Amino acid sequence: MVSCTDLHKSYGKTMALQGVGFEVNEGEIFGIIGPDGAGKTTLFRILTTLILADKGTATVNGFDVVNDYREIRKCVGYMPGRFSLYQDLTVEENLNFFATVFNTTVEENYELIKDIYQQIEPFKKRRAGKLSGGMKQKLALSCALIHKPTVLFLDEPTTGVDPVSRKEFWGMLKKLKAQGITILVSTPYMDEASLCDRIAMIQHGRFLNIDAPQNIVNQYKNTLLAVRSMNMSKLLNDLRANKLYENSFAFGDAHHLSIESEKLEIKKLEEYLVGCGHTNIEITKIEPTIEDCFMELSKI
Amino acid sequence: MSKVITASNLTKQFGHFTAVDHISFEVEQGEIFGFLGANGAGKTTAMRMLCGLSKPTSGIGKVAGYDIRTQSELVKKNIGYMSQKFSLYDDLKVWENIELYAGIYGMNDKEIKEKTDKLMHELNFEHERDLLVGSLPLGFKQKLAFSVAIFHHPKVVFLDEPTGGVDPVTRRMFWELIYKAAEDGITIFVTTHYMDEAEYCNRVSIMVDGRIDALDSPINLRNQYGAKSMDEVFQKLARKSQRTE
Repeated sequence: MVSCTDLHKSYGKTMALQGVGFEVNEGEIFGIIGPDGAGKTTLFRILTTLILADKGTATVNGFDVVNDYREIRKCVGYMPGRFSLYQDLTVEENLNFFATVFNTTVEENYELIKDIYQQIEPFKKRRAGKLSGGMKQKLALSCALIHKPTVLFLDEPTTGVDPVSRKEFWGMLKKLKAQGITILVSTPYMDEASLCDRIAMIQHGRFLNIDAPQNIVNQYKNTLLAVRSMNMSKLLNDLRANKLYENSFAFGDAHHLSIESEKLEIKKLEEYLVGCGHTNIEITKIEPTIEDCFMELSKI
Repeated sequence: MSKVITASNLTKQFGHFTAVDHISFEVEQGEIFGFLGANGAGKTTAMRMLCGLSKPTSGIGKVAGYDIRTQSELVKKNIGYMSQKFSLYDDLKVWENIELYAGIYGMNDKEIKEKTDKLMHELNFEHERDLLVGSLPLGFKQKLAFSVAIFHHPKVVFLDEPTGGVDPVTRRMFWELIYKAAEDGITIFVTTHYMDEAEYCNRVSIMVDGRIDALDSPINLRNQYGAKSMDEVFQKLARKSQRTE
């Protein structure tokens, strides 16, 4: 549904994209995962025909982003990172406006947005600017869907959204996928990667890896340990002080230590930590999270 | 241990809507206090009151030893503030940003110069000193913004989602700066949507519909709610919300 090769884009000296290529299959939820400034928005703008790449080619739904941009604009839905609806139009007016622009009506495609739009329908007479963050997000998604696009581009839809609302939002995406819509979604939250069919991890305008989340986890080369003790802040310093264990980072309630499997002797590590004066030491081998994988891959 | 923040039945109403509903808690000096809650739970309103920017409808609040209702200007002088949205001026150089903020807080030139040298050295920023802040990578900016927020050595610093959007390594380096500031005796009051960061706090409160529904150390909260992670604790509590935002 979406395919691109060797995309480059620079803004002056800043190289936003430095050779990005990938393919998205029909009906897939494809995640672009990476921090701010990695190139996610630039990529989305090229694919939605809002800007031109300096180099490389891309097609969406079989249409070329340069020659057939009019066709692409008809068949994609785009929800930009910044809220871009008309603040001084009401909920209802915004939705009608977008339907009209795409030569359709709200009634014609109501089925598709019903689940989402019903949650904000009680406020349909309210101006969009007066909505809360969560409601704006639902309205923006409804507007992006009202012309029944085949491909949906969502640029950081969950940034700044609390964990409960984020979960709800991903529930909505699952339902849209079930209706056959292909979804490209970008996010800085690594924990959302597991909700995608496949992900591309992006940093400094380059992809670090493209695969199913579980495959990326399986490809993790080193052994990963969760280490705990009574004094977590001293523990991190002590681990880092030893060359062998310097690849340690705080991860929630434990520190994650990444180490080459052949160099690992748990007994030695334990002895070292006892020697540093730690008590209640816990060392467990764990499966890496996507965030561990991202950190490992972005080091190189 | 001295209390740096005391809130007692702090309440804020907007018309008929009670945004913050009788919240009470205390934060001690040097503590890292996580202030969590869903969007619309009342976090921002509570934080604005504690920073002296908005007067409570009822209840008492003391921050850095001053009453938030009657001494709000003194509160502002003795706190630091940083958010993801507002931090530094992109079109000023690194040292100019520091001088501007330090000057606003009434530090003298000699003190500013000495502390700037020290800070540039500690952050390994000596080469960036004369660069425009707008040209720095995001991770740099965040670290600088935090350092500027605590440059006048406030008793407490309020951090409003300070790590949104930064890469995982930078996010962790940022927390190491927070730890260091706490060790220097600066109290940290922080909001975040990253639940792994909630685990880094000494204590955490969770707001639901304007009230504080839970307040304890992360490990006690996990045990109390039979949850494996703070994310699970949060999901259990925040789902009870009745507010339609």
